[in-house]
Parts: sequence; structure tokens; C-alpha cells
Amino acid sequence: MFSWSAIFENLPYLLEATRFTLIVSVFGMVLGLLFGMIVCAWRLSSSRFLRNFSALYVSFFRGVPLLVQLLLAYYFLPFIGINLPALPTAIGTIGLCAAAYIAEILRGALMAVPRGQEEAAVAIGMTPATIWRRILIPQALKISMPSLFNELILLVKVSSLVSVVGIVELTRMSQSLAAATFRPLEIYLAAAAIYLVINLALAALGQWLEKRMAY
Amino acid sequence: MAREKNGLLMEFDLFIQYGPMLLTGLKNTVLCWITGAAGGMTLGFFIAAVMHYGPRSIRYVLRAYIEVIRGTPFLIQLFILYYGGPYVGIRLDPVPAGILGLVVYGSPYYAEIFRAGLQAVPHGMVEAGRAMALPEFTILRRIVLPILMVSSVPPLTNFSIILTKETAILSIVTVPELLYQVQTMSAETFAYVEAILALALFYWGLVELISLVGRKFEQKTNAFLLRESSS
Repeated sequence: MFSWSAIFENLPYLLEATRFTLIVSVFGMVLGLLFGMIVCAWRLSSSRFLRNFSALYVSFFRGVPLLVQLLLAYYFLPFIGINLPALPTAIGTIGLCAAAYIAEILRGALMAVPRGQEEAAVAIGMTPATIWRRILIPQALKISMPSLFNELILLVKVSSLVSVVGIVELTRMSQSLAAATFRPLEIYLAAAAIYLVINLALAALGQWLEKRMAY
Repeated sequence: MAREKNGLLMEFDLFIQYGPMLLTGLKNTVLCWITGAAGGMTLGFFIAAVMHYGPRSIRYVLRAYIEVIRGTPFLIQLFILYYGGPYVGIRLDPVPAGILGLVVYGSPYYAEIFRAGLQAVPHGMVEAGRAMALPEFTILRRIVLPILMVSSVPPLTNFSIILTKETAILSIVTVPELLYQVQTMSAETFAYVEAILALALFYWGLVELISLVGRKFEQKTNAFLLRESSS
């Protein structure tokens, strides 16, 4: 028998835990954008060492399962004497991993900015820093908007993995509730519905922003 | 077991001692990945074909299926299947559950790849086939499918690599794949750091290897494209 009451009674707890799902994914995205810009700048830098290092960085973080990266952060950091609480460790790991993907997204977007604009900016005497700040970065962000929203939706989904290292977000909470109520089917379906609502809302927001930014 | 100063040597001993267990894990990882990817591709292909050629009403149902699967975490899907399944009479062992999970999770992504590929087949070629009175099935087999396959190879490889990494998540529902076995080994020997580090490097190598094979395959199919167009 499918029990709707099992869902309604536990919904407040699920929504409570959803806060952490959002915290992990949003902060992970912010970190990912910051690091991603740095890694992207390295990929395009004139120093061969930085180029190779950033290529290796991207390859590693895209080549290792995030779950393994999370476990690595948990065991390895204390091993070398860095003791951080669980939440910052998880957010940091997700941020580092997202940075690898975002760096590649931004690199593709920068290549899509017409060359003439940079030349024009140099011609009217803009400094390199200003060119980046006023010409390249804003346009790259605009071009990569759809991909960046995709990445954010992806992060909401992978945030479920931090349940493994003990952070009580939506997935971890639904595990506890499923065990306590003996209603795994209802509870997990409810959790899936919450994830779906968040991601559909994000997708809609992304499309709306795209329309607004198009000119 | 006493931890010694020479961590590397000790790790080497561990891997010999736990060799068979790790090999079983590797076998399960590869098995889940290959069958999951093949199943997901097959299901995805059918979904794409029905969406492309089928009636409009079914199209909406499949669109909803795609959005729901793509909008929810793989881990939650596994929980619904493995822990929720028995309540509706679906009882599966971990490995079949894991494979089925991968098939379901992967199918919408593969479907979208094939759908884009189908839309990219120039309509003029299909019309030319009809003009030459080729049977519909022959048009599909000799014109649509070859073009579709060549244009879909890069994204198919790409998503199959992503699926390699998803297999690690199966350890959470007790599928004895690599990560699960390494965690078991760590729990017995307390060599967490070395084991997880070695595992990360191993996955990295595996993914790079598959990418390399994918690129080689791509070059082959590209050569095929060139030969086709120049003849």
C-alpha cells in the first residue's frame, strides 16, 4: 500500500534538509566559478608550466569519480595535518571538481568572443586587466550561460553524494527517515520530487535569463 | 597489523594480499559499466527512434521520462530501485540492481544524443532514397543509420566515460565493485589514505585510457566520413 501520509508527515524534515543541499550546491558553484576562472586563465597563459599544470588539473578532476574525490579529501587532508569540518571539506571538494568543468566551459566561451573586439579594445588603449574585466569576462559568461546553468543543475544532483560523508542534506535525511518509517519507496520518491522541482526551477531560471540577456 | 614507517612497501604488500578481492571489484566495475552502457544505449536508441518517428502523444510521455530521470540524482534513483523496489515486488541482488540503475539513468542521455543525431541526417538524402524507390527499411539501414552512427560517436564516447565514474556510486548500495572492495580492505587494514589515493589514480588512468580509445575510434569514423564524401 502506497502511503501518502508517510510523505506528508515527513515532508517538513525533508525540506529542512534541502537547505543543506542548496548550500552545498550553490557554494560549490561559487567556488567552482572562482577557481574555474583561475584555471581557465592558466590554461590560456603564456607560461608552459601553468598550461601543463592546469591541463593536468582538469584531467584529474574530470577523470576521478567525485565520490572517490570526496573520500580522498576526508582521509587525505587529516593525514597531512589539515583538519577541517565536514561541510567546508565537502564544499571545497565539489568546488575544485566543478572548477575543472567550468574552466573548460569558459575556455570554449572565450574562444567564441570575436577576436576583433579584443583588438579594438587594445586599439583604444585599454589595459589588459580592463579588457578582461569589461570585454572578455562579461561576454564569456553570457555565452556560457546555458552551460553554467547545466553545471549548477549537475551540482544539485551530485550534492547527494556528500550524504556519504555524514552531512545531513536531503539524501542523508531521506535515508534516516526511510529507515525510521520503513517506507523507503515513499520517502525516496518524495526526495526525488524535491530534487526535480529544484532542477526544473533552475532550468526555467536559466532559460529566462538567456532570453533577457539576448539582444 | 602494525603500521610501519615505509608506507609504500606496506601498501604494496596489501595489494598483493588483497589482490583477488580487488580483481573481483575491477571485474564488477567493468561488468556494470559495459552492460549498463550497452543497455542504456539500446534503450536510449529506442526512445529516440520513437520520439523521432512515433506519434505525438507518446513523445510527451517520453519527454517527461527524460526530464524526470535527468532532474534527479542517480543515488536517489538507486535507492528507489534497490530499497523501494521490494515494496512493489521488485527484488534484485545488488549487481543486477546496479546494472538496471545504470541503464535507466543513462537512457535519457543516450536518447538525447541519438535524437540530435537523427535530426542531423540531411533530409534530402532520405528523399533521394525514396525517389530511387528504396524500401523504407533499406533507407534506414543504408542511409540514416550510417550517418547517425558517425555523427554520434563523440558524444556517445563522452557520456560513456561519465558512466564509468557513476559506477563508483554503486558501492553505496553494496555492489562489490572497486570502491566497495577498497573500502572493505581499508576497514580491515586501516590503510585508508594509501588505498583511496591508489584508487583515485587508477580511475584517472582508466578514464584517460577510455578517452584515448574513443579518440582513436573517432579518427577512424572520421576517415570513413571523408572516404564516403569523396567517392
